Amino acid sequence: MAVHTRVRTAFTTVAAVVIVGVLLFPLYWMVNASLQPATGLLETPPRWFPVGGTLEGYREAFQSQGRPLVNSVVVAAGTVALTLVLSVPASYALSRFRVRGAGALMFALLLVQMVPGIVMANSLYAVMNQTGLLSTYAALILADSTVAVPFAVLILRAFMVTIPDELGEAAMVDGAGHARVLWSVVIPVSRNAMITAALFAFLFAWADFLFAVTLNSDDAVMPVTVGIYRFIGAHTADWNSVMATGVIASVPAAILLVVAQRYVAAGVTGGALKD
Amino acid sequence: MAARIGFLAPIVAYLVLFFGYPLAANFTMALREYTAASFYTGDAPFVGLANYAAVMGDPVFTTALTNTAVFTAASLFFQFGIGLALAVFFQRHFPLNGVLRSLLLIPWLLPLVVSGTVWRWIFDQEYGVLNQTLLALGVVDTAVPWLSSTAMALPSVTAANIWVGIPFNMVILYGGLQSIPAHLYEAAALDGAGRWQRFRHVTWPLLRPVSAVVLMLGLVYTLKVFDVIMVLTQGGPANATQTLTTWSYSLSFGELDFGLGAAVGNLLIVIALLFAVLYLRGLRSSGPAPARERR
Repeated sequence: MAVHTRVRTAFTTVAAVVIVGVLLFPLYWMVNASLQPATGLLETPPRWFPVGGTLEGYREAFQSQGRPLVNSVVVAAGTVALTLVLSVPASYALSRFRVRGAGALMFALLLVQMVPGIVMANSLYAVMNQTGLLSTYAALILADSTVAVPFAVLILRAFMVTIPDELGEAAMVDGAGHARVLWSVVIPVSRNAMITAALFAFLFAWADFLFAVTLNSDDAVMPVTVGIYRFIGAHTADWNSVMATGVIASVPAAILLVVAQRYVAAGVTGGALKD
Repeated sequence: MAARIGFLAPIVAYLVLFFGYPLAANFTMALREYTAASFYTGDAPFVGLANYAAVMGDPVFTTALTNTAVFTAASLFFQFGIGLALAVFFQRHFPLNGVLRSLLLIPWLLPLVVSGTVWRWIFDQEYGVLNQTLLALGVVDTAVPWLSSTAMALPSVTAANIWVGIPFNMVILYGGLQSIPAHLYEAAALDGAGRWQRFRHVTWPLLRPVSAVVLMLGLVYTLKVFDVIMVLTQGGPANATQTLTTWSYSLSFGELDFGLGAAVGNLLIVIALLFAVLYLRGLRSSGPAPARERR
């Protein structure tokens, strides 16, 4: 009986590995192509394995996409900072104070996540044009934050309501104000929720293509997503460097998954909202 | 009281500035005629509902609306179906379950531009692995123009989008399945229910609230898909993959007629709101159902 069960679970694992393999094949195919010489990709049958591979594609990718990668880091980091600054105090207030309109505010935060990105791009273009912010980091950071802030408030508030009131009240008895309680009691306790919110803000901004391609008319602060897009348009033959850029652009996501897996899973299910 | 205002004022101001004002601007932009020069001269004459009339009278409107409906319905159906099947499968206990499940998340975390680019390479007519494999196996005689034929482009783009959405559906549905109490399955098994009957009479009804959330979020997300289509086909060939989102983009940022683009965008909002209302009403009427069954 025990042996029978073990054989069965082993068989299930094999089946699961096959399923995951099939679903992740496109990613393997990206990595494989990124390691081939450009000419090796134009062969029939295709080269299934990067045997005798080359880093040629990566060299070219870093050469042409170095600047866009830096731009992406700046925009993503800026979005994380702005998102936390805006959402942490708001979440604290929404989880602690009984204020009129709090329900309406929460509803607004849910509702704005349904606004199609293209509508935001359309109107933010007019706004950024009026304020002279087109094609600046600020434009992209502000636009990307519209995706990250509502999500962050919902996640952070959901966590902060679970913090017992007594924790803050004890500090208040000692004369601390709300700002003090937030800073030295609530924020340290909410570390995980804040990491989750920050991770997602980073990923949203890093992956953004719509705002980057619309609010950036002369590509002055072109991030890597637009870099890849222009790259495919210009060099359809150099699939190895296109794929190498794709692999490089995927690194933050991969790192986040390895380093912060449980936070990512918490974000997916807890917030359950992705743009 | 001052402290409370201090904490909430920034977020309220932010919502007004970055959602309220742009949405209002979008509404008024749709009532004006923009040209390439409008943003320099500030000259965009008021034209009333002419933009809406122009948009709805355009034959591309019907195409884009149909494409949006087909793309969304097919994406939701397959993402949900495959996601649910995977979620049920991963409920079994076996070694490496957790690792494999988190690996499945990767496609969801990648920038959509990257996923789109990978699929563009896979769908490449001459050197793409899909055609090369199908030709080698003799499934097709000539290379299929996955992205360049008007008949195949929409199914191909939809397939890529389904791939992107499977992990999200799987993770949420898996969470929903985990929260169904095990004793219900045991009770059903004692009553002689088979695997299918347990799914049909325990899993499916109890998963309904979660399913509704997944489908609703999937709908909102699919309506605004932009990156995948832009990278794969840019709405072409001959508008074969043009959706309301990509059309709005090309009207505003391609033809620089922001009035038309805003009008299409506003129609998109109306569609999203329509489904949101349906969803909320559905929630209200079906809300108590799972609780009743649990009792």
